[in-house]
Amino acid sequence: MRIEGKGHIDRTKPLRFRFDGVEYTGFQGDTLASALLANGVKLVGRSFKYHRPRGILTAGSEEPNAMVEVVDGNHHTPNVRATVQELYDGLTARSQNRFPSLKFDVLGVNDLLSPFLSAGFYYKTFTWPRAFWEKLYEPVIRRAAGLGTLVAQHDEAAYEKAFAFCDLLVIGSGPTGLMAALTAGRAGVDVILAEEDAQPGGRLLSDGGQVGGQPASDWVVGVLAELRALPNVRIMPRTTVTGVYDDGTYSALERVGLHLAPRADLPRECFWRIVAKRAVLAAGALERPVVFPGNDRPGILLASALRAYLNRWGVVPGKRVTLIANNDSAREVARQVMAAGVKVAAILDTRDTASAVEDCPVYLGARITGTKGRLGLQSIDVTHKGGKLTIETDCLAMSGGWNPTVHITCHLNGRPVWRDDIAGFVPAAQAVPGLIPAGACAGEFSTGAALANGAAAAVESLAALGIAAATPDLPSAEDAPYAIEAFWQTLGAMGRQWIDFANDVTTKDVALSAQENFRSVEHMKRYTTQGMAPDQGKNSNVAALAVLADVTGRAIPETGTTTFRPPFVPTSIGAMGAGGKAQGFAPQRFLTSDQASRDRGAPMIEAGLWYRPSYFPKPGEKTWQESCHREVRMVRTAVGVADVSTLGKIDIQGKDAARFLDFVYTNTFSTLPVGKVRYGLMLREDGMVLDDGTTARLGEHHYLMTTTTAAAGLVMRHLDFVHQAFCADWDVRFVSVTESWAQFAIAGPRARALLATMLDRTPDLPFMGVTDVALGSVKARLFRISFSGEEGYEIAVPTRYGEALFRDLLARAETLGGGPYGMEALNVLRIEKGFITHAEIHGRVTAYDIGMEKMVSAKKDCIGKAAAARPGLVGAERQQLVGLRAQAPITAGAHLFRPGDRVHRETDQGYVTSVCWSDTLNCWLAMAFLENGRARHGESIRLVDHLRDIDVICEVADPVFFDKEGAKLRA
Amino acid sequence: MRITCPLCGPRDRREFYYYGTDDYLNRPATDAAPAAWDDYLHNRDNPAGVTRDLWYHDMGCASWLAVTRNTVTHAILKVEAVAPVKGAAQ
Amino acid sequence: MRYSGFKVITEGLFGNKGWKPAWRDPAPKAEYDAIIIGGGGHGLSTAYYLAKNHGLTNIAVLEKGYLGSGNIGRNTTIVRANYILPGNSEFYSHSMKLWETLETDLNYNVMHSQRGLINLFHSDGQRDAFARRGNSMINQGDDAILLDREGVREHLPYLDFEQTRFPIYGGLYHPRGGTARHDAVAWGYARGADRRGVDLIQNCEVTGIDIENGRVVGVQTTRGAIKAKKVGMVVAGRSSQVAAMAGMRLPIESHVLQAFVTEGLKPVIDHVISFGMGHFYISQSDKGGLVFGGDLDFYSSYAARGNLPMVEHVMEAGMTLMPMIGRAKVLRSWGGIMDMSPDGSPIIDKTHIDGLFVDCGWNYGGFKAVPASGWCMAHLMATGESHPVAARFKLNRFATGHLLDEEGTGSQHNLH
Repeated sequence: MRIEGKGHIDRTKPLRFRFDGVEYTGFQGDTLASALLANGVKLVGRSFKYHRPRGILTAGSEEPNAMVEVVDGNHHTPNVRATVQELYDGLTARSQNRFPSLKFDVLGVNDLLSPFLSAGFYYKTFTWPRAFWEKLYEPVIRRAAGLGTLVAQHDEAAYEKAFAFCDLLVIGSGPTGLMAALTAGRAGVDVILAEEDAQPGGRLLSDGGQVGGQPASDWVVGVLAELRALPNVRIMPRTTVTGVYDDGTYSALERVGLHLAPRADLPRECFWRIVAKRAVLAAGALERPVVFPGNDRPGILLASALRAYLNRWGVVPGKRVTLIANNDSAREVARQVMAAGVKVAAILDTRDTASAVEDCPVYLGARITGTKGRLGLQSIDVTHKGGKLTIETDCLAMSGGWNPTVHITCHLNGRPVWRDDIAGFVPAAQAVPGLIPAGACAGEFSTGAALANGAAAAVESLAALGIAAATPDLPSAEDAPYAIEAFWQTLGAMGRQWIDFANDVTTKDVALSAQENFRSVEHMKRYTTQGMAPDQGKNSNVAALAVLADVTGRAIPETGTTTFRPPFVPTSIGAMGAGGKAQGFAPQRFLTSDQASRDRGAPMIEAGLWYRPSYFPKPGEKTWQESCHREVRMVRTAVGVADVSTLGKIDIQGKDAARFLDFVYTNTFSTLPVGKVRYGLMLREDGMVLDDGTTARLGEHHYLMTTTTAAAGLVMRHLDFVHQAFCADWDVRFVSVTESWAQFAIAGPRARALLATMLDRTPDLPFMGVTDVALGSVKARLFRISFSGEEGYEIAVPTRYGEALFRDLLARAETLGGGPYGMEALNVLRIEKGFITHAEIHGRVTAYDIGMEKMVSAKKDCIGKAAAARPGLVGAERQQLVGLRAQAPITAGAHLFRPGDRVHRETDQGYVTSVCWSDTLNCWLAMAFLENGRARHGESIRLVDHLRDIDVICEVADPVFFDKEGAKLRA
Repeated sequence: MRITCPLCGPRDRREFYYYGTDDYLNRPATDAAPAAWDDYLHNRDNPAGVTRDLWYHDMGCASWLAVTRNTVTHAILKVEAVAPVKGAAQ
Repeated sequence: MRYSGFKVITEGLFGNKGWKPAWRDPAPKAEYDAIIIGGGGHGLSTAYYLAKNHGLTNIAVLEKGYLGSGNIGRNTTIVRANYILPGNSEFYSHSMKLWETLETDLNYNVMHSQRGLINLFHSDGQRDAFARRGNSMINQGDDAILLDREGVREHLPYLDFEQTRFPIYGGLYHPRGGTARHDAVAWGYARGADRRGVDLIQNCEVTGIDIENGRVVGVQTTRGAIKAKKVGMVVAGRSSQVAAMAGMRLPIESHVLQAFVTEGLKPVIDHVISFGMGHFYISQSDKGGLVFGGDLDFYSSYAARGNLPMVEHVMEAGMTLMPMIGRAKVLRSWGGIMDMSPDGSPIIDKTHIDGLFVDCGWNYGGFKAVPASGWCMAHLMATGESHPVAARFKLNRFATGHLLDEEGTGSQHNLH
């Protein structure tokens, strides 16, 4: 219920919202949790394993119970913390992990079966009969498990990513963070103040305390006003720092649009990469539940949460409040609840000696031995020093002490350190280089200490940057010592005591894991699933560790701690993967001829990052094969034009250019005359073929290297390495000019005729020649090279002329009975000629395997030469490149066997890399690798493709099927 | 993770391509014993601690860099360009 | 103590008080017939099969931390037998057969789930390469089905078939592929080995390997010296350090591989999906978390944690392939230390020191290999001969050029 006069909500702005189909009203400034509690809704979820009714435990992102689905249109978001979701008008949410309804959940039967569902029970059963696992047991388990549902449709919502840089990142804006930001802000450095909540201020907003003689929330307003006025300070509310990475890199998640009704112009979230020279961690502390039988009922919440709901949102979720605590902090909560006019039934203090003076009954040495109320707390059974009693209560607030929020100090493998005096872990010193934990997250729990600590941490951080900062005057604030007596479980009580609410782990489970010798904390965690739920053990890890220490007779530090890993709060894949959707995942590279090809209806296919035309359909052609075979015939009989600009082009110059090429290629380029082109083979240092291509000598000290499309970047990096690592003193320089030139192949018996129509002189280039030509006023390069087996040229012009030249070439080709050809025809043409691509040089083949061992010059060293000589890489057992001919359809990926052999791995003789139907030769052709293949031309071999049901006898042949002598090339 | 390129200054790890340890700089002669080539290509000290390895400033100046760093903490201790080490004219 | 559904019920009725320790905590003896360094998945399965297949029970597993504290508890739990190359095919095929009877054999439910693995391809060239792979699998006696685009859509209707950067041409479906509960595999083998008399000694770090006249004679540990005539180093992630104790320099470089799990969700992904163009793979655990990962961070590391560039790359790959996962929230990320070998395949071999054996170089494919690795390492340690299905996992294959490079990327450790 709402308390008049309390809270920072705007009561003039009512907001309507729905939960499980029921409409309620809240106010601007509410969270879904505070609004539900204000409306008397206590039951909000079902637990993971036993489907126990659950309510709201916390007031923050660590909430383990109150997870709901938030609906937008026909989509929804699962596992939303009601404690974080801000209310907006029209918000629609529903409970999850229940069927058919939240109040009546069929799987609540699991709770009755809990004796049989103890920790790890599933490892001990469901193994028989074997086939039942996938068919029966697993589907049942999977359906029962899980929490919310993910909609099986594309998430079309917008997400963003951004970078930010600062001198000092302050994480958290409670008293510590505000003082750190103020200190650094006044010193003039770049400050980012990241706050998870919508409103900066941290617990100063929810504690109801005083700072500097005024209400703490007023003091916050003043500080924020000053910070906002400083141009060097950037306040980022709704931003959770989720992780720490190397060299001062922090990840953070900003909720950009989630607090508003979905809007097309706002991303849901933004994932930040913040690079900070220094950081102050002011993340505060999280309160621990108290472990007693039935401590998980709706209506039981943390004392700090009760305090926050009262002071921040003006809500007390009950009419008769009880508190249980092992420390002093609950006393102030009780006073505030009473001051708000709500009855406090009792304060239960687990300590035997503590003050018993309050305006309500106080029981010392108190234990809760049981609770009642299936869908909402009704009463508790209590024992205490003086006896036992039952207390009627509908709201029980717990304080088991405080855990400093050390999480991100563990992200770089730092292990937190146990402190007996506060019964909690604090960050290890220097756990994150450049980050200083301060305030409650460093174990300093009072407001006064936090203020001082925050200022000091900022001063120290800036000093490390060589900047002297003044400590601001510290306002007066509460500075009470923290008095706690560790209380980890209710010994001797009957009934299940929950440690991990989210994963339904009880003290019995921890004890059972120890009983079964899962005594390492990691074993216990993994065996019981303790701490592996959506809250990642924020509410439970320390208690579980303490219970384990207890049952194994060890001290807590000796028992260990589990490791916290990023992210601090669950972070959507959409946010971290922003920009990756659809085409955004990788860059797209387009040819200058792209539009011209599309204009002609060519389907564009991916070739690495490039798009290349597959074929150019003519009217009446129904399949790609029809177009492809026409294009092949066109090239073989007239002339075809293809854009080959995707090939890598590297311009190499310098006095030692020739010597350098001799080193990186297996064959010799220093002997290549100026004006000539040579095919080259390049190896990796491990002896395998890296790439092949043609390199032209344009001048005495000037070469132009061509690489394959796929290996362009690889070869550039390789050349840089060889040069800088092995011969940096040689006079050679090179640069990629792939993007600078558009290059087109002109191939076919009428290629020369086509060129004659456009060049001022008829080219009289010999095969493998290169020359400069002029296209009007445009300087171009003309190469006589061929990847088709026909008389072929490639003409290169500066990229900006590419499209015009392509369109012009097509027009001229068409007057000669020619036209464009695509990748499919290109592939057929090259297979007919036995030219290899990366289908053949796939990284596991040597020059020897492809029959080019003679290209490895004996006269000189080259990269890869030594390793290629290893015994396993030469010899008859190697599979060698061959051609195959067949009269029936065959497929690439098929394997080869001797006719008559059983088809098995052990009889496997090789495999097929490339296949085409050759209209030219009227048969199916393939390139393949076959054991000792070069010696087997003319043999029959059996080609088997199980996947496509193909079993064909082929003839082994030389891979050059067409025009072996190269008469057409040299015409 | 950031690497301070001697030419370009501190740059994000995304700009660099990683190759492996600086063993790759000590290329044996072609006719060296097979064991020397095996060591060169394959066998590694692989320390859990300080190592020196090769990074390529792929999206920057195309320098190959020898980076001294700690494989346990990821601290970067020293960055040098490979080329001057190998005697390039400056 | 034998586990069964009946036992779970009777124990439940009596307060679960009767469950016995899954394994003992013995003190190390002065001498064993054989010692296995490393209580991870491979070490535990080696011990189990040494005892079960070869009757060697006077053996110990020495573990620096807790059992299963290495990569067996940090992987993405995928089990498959879909290799191309002879040498790998028969090994992983053997492993798959062991998986299929593992639960009965161990009397432990490791939740091995043959839900099917689909490797997507995105070009004609990739289809050819996957067809070659699928035919290798069938030639080996395993299963593979080539799906076209519509076939993939039938199984995985939620993928983005229209807008994704690399259009889906089809997939290679491996019905027997799937997942298992990773920790349970370690525990099942540990319990099985313990029940056969193997001493599993935790918190016992090996600090030295004692060698006399070219023969191993024992090890030094933080719990004293222990003698043994046979010692197996089964410590992927720390192979180089342990081998260095024997004066060896291995063809291994250590790299970090990150993985991720989301909050629990109701069943939505029923297969294991692998998206090679994005180096992305995903499945959903029985608890409901989406378990996924990508490629190495690409720098050598022992930190067992990674950095954001690869984190973001993995998420972006997920978003281009299956944008429905945008609203799933990553709960936890972690990193494992990968033993990367120059050709991407493992090593199970003798060393030049008599009695000293090595099992390492599992790259990022060690989980599925756990049964066969243990089987073959046990065979090697017991008989002195390589098991036939692991005969090509030789330590000297890099020197001789008898490589097993499935990916074809060459002798650069981080590229496998």
